[in-house]
Amino acid sequence: MRVAFVGATRGMGRALSRLMAERGEALCLLGRDAAELAASARDLEARGAAGPVQTAPLDLARPAGFEAALAAADEALGGIDTLVVTGGLLDPSEALQRDMARLEQLLHVNFTGTVVLCQLAAERLAARGGGRLCVFSSVAGDRPRRSNYLYGASKAGLSAFLEGLGHAYAERGVSVLCVKPGFVRTGLTEGLPVPPFAGEPEPVARTVLKALDAGRRVVYAPPVWRWIMLVIRLLPHAAMRRIRF
Amino acid sequence: MDRLSPRLEPVAGWGRRLGRRGRVARPERLGAPPPAERCLLARGLGRAYGDAAVPSSEAALVLETTRADRILGWDPHTGRLRCEAGLSVGEMLRLFLPRGWFPPVTPGTRHVTVGGCVACDVHGKNHHRDGSFGRFVERLTVLVADGRLVDCGPDLERELFLATVGGMGLTGLIVEATLRLRPVESPWMAVETEGVPDLAAMVAGLAASARQWPYTVGWIDCLARGRALGRGVLMRGRHATCAEAGTRAPAPRRPWRVPADAPEWLLSPLLMRGFNRMYHWTHGGRPRQRLVPHESFFYPLDAVGDWNRMYGRRGFLQYQCVVPRAAGPGALSRLLERLAAAGAASFLAVIKDCGPAGEAYLSFPLEGMTLALDLPYRGPATEALVHDLNAAVIEAGGRIYLAKDAVTRAADFEKMMPRLKEWQAVRDRWDPERRFRSAQSVRLLGDPE
Ligand SMILES: Cc1cc2nc3c(=O)[nH]c(=O)nc-3n(C[C@H](O)[C@H](O)[C@H](O)COP(=O)(O)OP(=O)(O)OC[C@H]3O[C@@H](n4cnc5c(N)ncnc54)[C@H](O)[C@@H]3O)c2cc1C
Repeated sequence: MRVAFVGATRGMGRALSRLMAERGEALCLLGRDAAELAASARDLEARGAAGPVQTAPLDLARPAGFEAALAAADEALGGIDTLVVTGGLLDPSEALQRDMARLEQLLHVNFTGTVVLCQLAAERLAARGGGRLCVFSSVAGDRPRRSNYLYGASKAGLSAFLEGLGHAYAERGVSVLCVKPGFVRTGLTEGLPVPPFAGEPEPVARTVLKALDAGRRVVYAPPVWRWIMLVIRLLPHAAMRRIRF
Repeated sequence: MDRLSPRLEPVAGWGRRLGRRGRVARPERLGAPPPAERCLLARGLGRAYGDAAVPSSEAALVLETTRADRILGWDPHTGRLRCEAGLSVGEMLRLFLPRGWFPPVTPGTRHVTVGGCVACDVHGKNHHRDGSFGRFVERLTVLVADGRLVDCGPDLERELFLATVGGMGLTGLIVEATLRLRPVESPWMAVETEGVPDLAAMVAGLAASARQWPYTVGWIDCLARGRALGRGVLMRGRHATCAEAGTRAPAPRRPWRVPADAPEWLLSPLLMRGFNRMYHWTHGGRPRQRLVPHESFFYPLDAVGDWNRMYGRRGFLQYQCVVPRAAGPGALSRLLERLAAAGAASFLAVIKDCGPAGEAYLSFPLEGMTLALDLPYRGPATEALVHDLNAAVIEAGGRIYLAKDAVTRAADFEKMMPRLKEWQAVRDRWDPERRFRSAQSVRLLGDPE
């Protein structure tokens, strides 16, 4: 695989990029902080990534820079065949209800930016005969909850987009994997109350990589969240409200 | 550093005693200064037995480094490794042993971080030959109390370096380290074990082995008394050569876990005696040579996850001291006699000889013999035993190991550490307000709580 990776410097993205490096994939890291990208690039090289791991600037909040970033990754890798996006913002509803600037930024990064990036990448891959997208959405997009419906809405939109994108580009050889993590212990969820069935980044990354290799369209990680969400999606409104979920 | 959102969590040493709550944060980056906190404590994998990695109060911010574990530079020709402080020795082995590189010094568990190894200046079974961890460290990047990132090493900000190595996290947060790994030919160890009848034989055996073997250690049956005092098993090892080991890789171990806190009777003196006898019996007799995976030689206890639960809910104390060679085997036998007299059963009594002391101010090892014991916690009697052992150590001119200490008194500690004043002067310079402190530094150094 020749992977352009958005979000490899931390959390689940770090774990997933490490697994890829350890089996010798070629990687190019995209992101905002050059020093952080360089540190992760050295880490991935030491773990066995093919060739030097190069980096290029990309900010999910600035779609204007996406073409340049993808071109740089294409150049560095001699042609991307996989794009992974794990980057995103997470804030509880409470914080966002009061802070409109932050809310707008979150929607912009998690939905608009990610959608535009994937759209551009899908077109590039299709023009070249195909490839894969692996994008981190969330179980929070499956059913809105009072505690994080704003974040959930951004992810619901993203999940819908990814499903449609998969349909639209299937014939042109592009497959799309929508990853729906449940609660995973990373720097992003640090300080939040830890629910039952919380996962760790490394096992989650293993699950995702397996799904990516198998060409699946949706994967829940940890896998148990598939069944939890099945039940939660079936709950009637009144029950959702009563359990204050 | 990430935006920190610490949570109040219980924090305890590996001995599981002396737990206390602290505001724990696990940032993925350690680089930039933390917000203005009055009281900070670095913590790695929490393998220090006593209260070295236990916060002084609930107000303390405990910075757990384990998520900051990136490799920042690796030179496959020289074995020079630059990494973030949260990298564990286990991960280092997983990544680099297959390529023929081994940590220069390793403690008896691989679940420790590089930061923890520097802060405790850990020693291994090769101390007699190679010295302690700090000797292989070329550079440290330390986040000091005023929020600056300071680079130091043997040739740069030397005093800060010598105070940070073995400094128990009290000079600042170690953010990055550069160290040299050791080239090895295989993941296997050529090991020889031999039963020895008494302390004199043990000491002589260790000294003789030290000349030919890079790794040596002795196991003592500490319930044996009288003429059998100090009887045990001597082990020595070296990295096996390619020719000896062939190409097969050791099978990976899957640790089994202790499902619950063990009941107290498991540690009854009678059972302990049985266990110790059996161990001696199975390992006794003439020297036996074997090829074993590095894990079973270096990390026997890692085969059991959570083995600290074996000691039941009350936990245990570890005690490790070193007495100078000049004090002779007499000092050691006095320690063992006191232990036997107290009837304090111990699963493990490990004896090792140490080479010359390093230069770090608070580094533990000094030229002589070190003895490490597990003491199941039985209330004040166990603490009294520690004070008693300390008295013998002071008399012999030795000292205790801070990574294992939980009850030593400040006055006793002062008598053990000849360079404490020098270290304090350096700490005064870098952290005059004592922002970095631990439950241990409150107890031993009179830091504010
Ligand atoms: C089974 C077992 C066997 C052992 N065998 C040995 C042995 O053979 N030889 C030996 O020397 N030790 C031995 N130890 C002790 C162990 O090596 C040390 O306690 C080691 O420091 C633990 O590392 P850690 O990452 O868990 O650190 P912690 O226990 O989390 O912390 C220990 C100290 O290091 C400081 N610290 C940790 N990280 C940093 C950082 N990034 N910056 C600044 N300070 C930091 C903490 O503040 C604390 O004072 C053993 C322990 C166990 C459990």
